[in-house]
Amino acid sequence: MTAIHPTPSGTRDVLPDELREVHAIEEAVRRVFTGRGYGEIRTPALEYEQVLTRGDPAAADPAYKLFDEQGNVLVLRSDMTIPIARVVGTRYAAASPPLRFCYVAHAYRSVRPQRGQDREMLQAGIELVGVPAHEGTAETLAVLSEVLDAVGLTDYRIGLGDASLYPALLDAHGVPAPARAAILHELVTRDFVGLEREVEGLRLGGEATAALVEVPQKRGGPEVLDHAGTAADGLRTVLDMLPAVVRERVILDLGLARSLGYYTGAVFEVYDAALGAPLGGGGRYDDLLGRFGRDLPAAGWALNVERLHIALVGERRGELL
Amino acid sequence: MSLGGLRLAVPRGALMRDTLDLLDALGVDSAEVRANDRKLLFEDAGLITMRPSDVPTYVEAGAADLGITGKDVLAEQSERAVYELLDLRLGPCVMVVASTAGEDRLDEALRRLGVMRVATKYPRIAARHFERTGRQAEIVEVKGSVELAPLTGLAEGIVDLTATGTTLRENGLVIREEILASTARLIANPVAHKLRAAAIDDLVARIRAVMAR
Repeated sequence: MTAIHPTPSGTRDVLPDELREVHAIEEAVRRVFTGRGYGEIRTPALEYEQVLTRGDPAAADPAYKLFDEQGNVLVLRSDMTIPIARVVGTRYAAASPPLRFCYVAHAYRSVRPQRGQDREMLQAGIELVGVPAHEGTAETLAVLSEVLDAVGLTDYRIGLGDASLYPALLDAHGVPAPARAAILHELVTRDFVGLEREVEGLRLGGEATAALVEVPQKRGGPEVLDHAGTAADGLRTVLDMLPAVVRERVILDLGLARSLGYYTGAVFEVYDAALGAPLGGGGRYDDLLGRFGRDLPAAGWALNVERLHIALVGERRGELL
Repeated sequence: MSLGGLRLAVPRGALMRDTLDLLDALGVDSAEVRANDRKLLFEDAGLITMRPSDVPTYVEAGAADLGITGKDVLAEQSERAVYELLDLRLGPCVMVVASTAGEDRLDEALRRLGVMRVATKYPRIAARHFERTGRQAEIVEVKGSVELAPLTGLAEGIVDLTATGTTLRENGLVIREEILASTARLIANPVAHKLRAAAIDDLVARIRAVMAR
């Protein structure tokens, strides 16, 4: 009997047969990145903890934390967005925007390991810095769609929402701060029963209650934007700017909420029927770079390469990539 | 009438009959499910049957688009990435702390030994409840017949689900605290919730109409 030497929970080895297919995906992704003028960058897997928490306080709960020989707290990065924000604030402090960066790199999160969800995950993504609001969002979505096409996925859809939409709705109906936190918690944890309970507890009257409960459950074609009035103007503009081939992939989702705290505007997720979880996602984060000294609007996304691979294998059973 | 091509995970056990009655009211023929106690997959009706605690597993992975299970199960598996769409108000019951009648042995253990032993099938709900209320508890996980634990000295009390309280009473246990009220919920896979939006919304509307009758 040979001894068993396990890898840490949520990590695993990748052997040649799998890696060959993963490389094919990476090559397709990089071709699109290069063609679109995005420059690939690498950053250290280890960052000072205070760098990550400056970007997002929630990043203070990383999977792996360690000390260096001087007692500094180091963490393995939980995504590439905050490290790139740091790079822009330091190495590109005087460069004139727009800046276009891409990466294919590992990130580390304390997730519950399951199918397509390792604690060490390979992400491919872009960050577009300095192109304001809708134009920048539309560009990142167009690149996203081009990447998914290049990888060979045929059935994917892109869920598109706006992180500022529901808070604006809460403002419009005068929901006080403590109740807001409770309601947003229900939304982020995908509990519409809890959302209805919290909203009804406010006794706002029929119309306001209906709006706050029903609007975040609206998803589908452009007609769903009618439910949100002027709060959806941003989404309308983005949609108009998208090429038709991208627009027909979009599912508008007025309740889309991503767990990362730094999103300020458009947010998106990628779905494929071959996998029960999103392949990746992203959005607009106009306040993040300011925390690193360059007050520039930015947007980006990351795809989980392992999930891309699972979806691809699911769509094309038996074919080699 | 079927489920619009959706696959629904149906819980076996206490919620099964109410769930099948609901499906009948929606026009989904559940006769085959009722007649086959051992069959698990009913392709034509779009139904699969399983233990209630397995429903979130299948729905999260997308092996079922939708599922019906108790809030107790969802609270115990709160990390599951599923949408909770609708309170079906079926199978109402309460998660309680109970111990043997007479002086509360839980209190005594906490006071004199600093920690109380609590047996349960719901270790995370129990641990969260005692953390939240500032009491040290050793959670003893068992898989069935929790009532036995305080009667045999395995634990001073239990955390368990009760509908009528009959089983607790028959075993000489009394309810000390209520933790949460539970009813059956309709849950959805997060990807199916987007890709099959129209079919899911249509089903939810039909269920709401049946419940309003």
